[in-house]
Amino acid sequence: MSAVTATAAETAVEAPATRIRPGAGVLRAVVGNKKALAGAIMLAIFVIAAIVPQLFTTIHNPNQQFAQMLPPGSGHLLGTNAFGQDIWTQLVYGTRQSLFVCVMVGVLASVVSIIIGVSAAYLGGLGEDLLSLLTDVFLVIPALPLIIVIAAYAGGGKMPVLIGVLVITGWSYGARQLRAQAMSLRNRDFLESARVRGERASYVIVFEILPTMVSLIAANFLGIALYALLTEAGLQFIGLGNSSANSWGTMLHWAQTNEALQTGQQWWVIAPGLAIGLLGASFALLNYAFDEIGNPALRPVRRRKVRR
Amino acid sequence: MRFIVRRLGFFLITLWVALTLNFFIPRLMPGNPAQAMMARYKGRINPDALKALEVAFGLDTQKPLLVQYVEYLGNTVTGHFGVSLTFFPQPVSEVVAQALPWTLGLVGVTTVIAFLLGTGIGMISGWRRNGIADSVLPPVFVITSALPYFWVGLILIMVFSLGTNGALPSDGGYDQTLNPGWNAEFIIDVIKHAILPSLSILIISIGGWILTMRNNVVTTVAEDYIRMARAKGIADRKIMINYAARNAVLPNLAGFAISLGFVVSGAILVEFTFNYPGVGYMLLSAVTNEDYPLMQALFVLITVTVLVAVLISDFLTALLDPRVRSAS
Repeated sequence: MSAVTATAAETAVEAPATRIRPGAGVLRAVVGNKKALAGAIMLAIFVIAAIVPQLFTTIHNPNQQFAQMLPPGSGHLLGTNAFGQDIWTQLVYGTRQSLFVCVMVGVLASVVSIIIGVSAAYLGGLGEDLLSLLTDVFLVIPALPLIIVIAAYAGGGKMPVLIGVLVITGWSYGARQLRAQAMSLRNRDFLESARVRGERASYVIVFEILPTMVSLIAANFLGIALYALLTEAGLQFIGLGNSSANSWGTMLHWAQTNEALQTGQQWWVIAPGLAIGLLGASFALLNYAFDEIGNPALRPVRRRKVRR
Repeated sequence: MRFIVRRLGFFLITLWVALTLNFFIPRLMPGNPAQAMMARYKGRINPDALKALEVAFGLDTQKPLLVQYVEYLGNTVTGHFGVSLTFFPQPVSEVVAQALPWTLGLVGVTTVIAFLLGTGIGMISGWRRNGIADSVLPPVFVITSALPYFWVGLILIMVFSLGTNGALPSDGGYDQTLNPGWNAEFIIDVIKHAILPSLSILIISIGGWILTMRNNVVTTVAEDYIRMARAKGIADRKIMINYAARNAVLPNLAGFAISLGFVVSGAILVEFTFNYPGVGYMLLSAVTNEDYPLMQALFVLITVTVLVAVLISDFLTALLDPRVRSAS
């Protein structure tokens, strides 16, 4: 996983979470931070493209055939590829699958890391040791080779398999962060009082512990979504995805197998990669804001001429 | 001492889990290598030969799974991975030995460069808060770290290989017409072939080092001993290197040890993009050819190097930072 999230891990753990108001600061941090705001706007555009692609292109079937290898021009914004498909339309319609995978993997893996991470910290004793061991084991097993091996054998490309594999390899990092955070909360007074009131463990975890970790969970979700986006694209690029699917990774796969660069169809390669990069950047930029919530030391300093 | 025993125990358990996954994943899925081989030779092998092949590949389906599992663990420990299907009848160990130097050379050297360069830039950018480096670099690298790095490779091919009429090669590890050996012509050719893949790994991985180092330095600069050093009138540059960077780099060193472990597996997609004859490219061809023995051997190799690196990084951290030792 990228170092962007790694810094989130270290810093968030150090800063004791005393704030209990649920989600406090998340919205404020996004709106008040230029980088995060840019990320949020970019993400919003992708979400709209995924939901109503018709807004962005007049061609309603991404596989509709035109003349082959047309250069970018008036009728075809980015030209057409060796199959005669309009590249811009393919790009717009590809948003849906790429975004869907990110969000699904992000949500599922976050849930797994919350369950395992927080309950490890809350349980204590043998349960904690076993869950931590499991987390650490999955943390160090090299993910990409494992994904490749699983995807190859699971008849790769089917969407549930893809998502399952990404969740299996993606949850451990977040679980470790959340455990560390939850452990620092374990002996706080407000949890003690909940216990004395006789609340059940599930209640304490959901209503007392989780709200204090909203920004960490959000940062985590973004990290996993970025990981899912890049890994999915990589898998489809090397041909382990569903090669008839409509997604950015698949576009890159077909561009590569048809030697798009060598035959002058640069946009077939540039466009999907750029789209992946922009969506990824929107996650990363948002994450930046959560980093700064977790660790005030990283917040931009007001420019003051102290000494020169 | 207890620390060492704990870490070793963790190492063994993780290794066992990885080996077990490696054994069961292919066996839980449909298809087997002998059948794949049959398919490739399209009926030119008779069914008797199929049985013989299965035995040769150590895939005797007649044996109970448990027996196969124990034999597999034994073979793995002793390094017997059988015969490769793709490169039949070469033994797997030989095939891997051919790919390994390419990956170690390409990814190993690039990882070291990325670490040194990234840590240096991160140090300066963290030291000069609000300087040019500090305001420009972090956002730039937040964005580059979100790029798919095989795509960066493709763009580099477009610009520096196709855009320059093939000044830099974009395919393979060396020119096939040359004689491999320790002669100047061959070595220069190998380096030329390594430039673009290496550059694409560098572009993507350097951002992580810059950001973590920058953040570490920023946190360190707030410490009292820095103020003390300043009060003593020690030269700025000296404080940056001997006081701030020296302490800030500790967490990065452990990360560096781990990333060296990922050298063997870290560049699968780049090797695929450039048809670079390393371990990653080999893993992918093993997968597409359903070459179980080769695939398993590569996965074991990759996992073991990563685990050893993690172990070393644990010890390194404990050695450099006494607080870690006492905490466990």
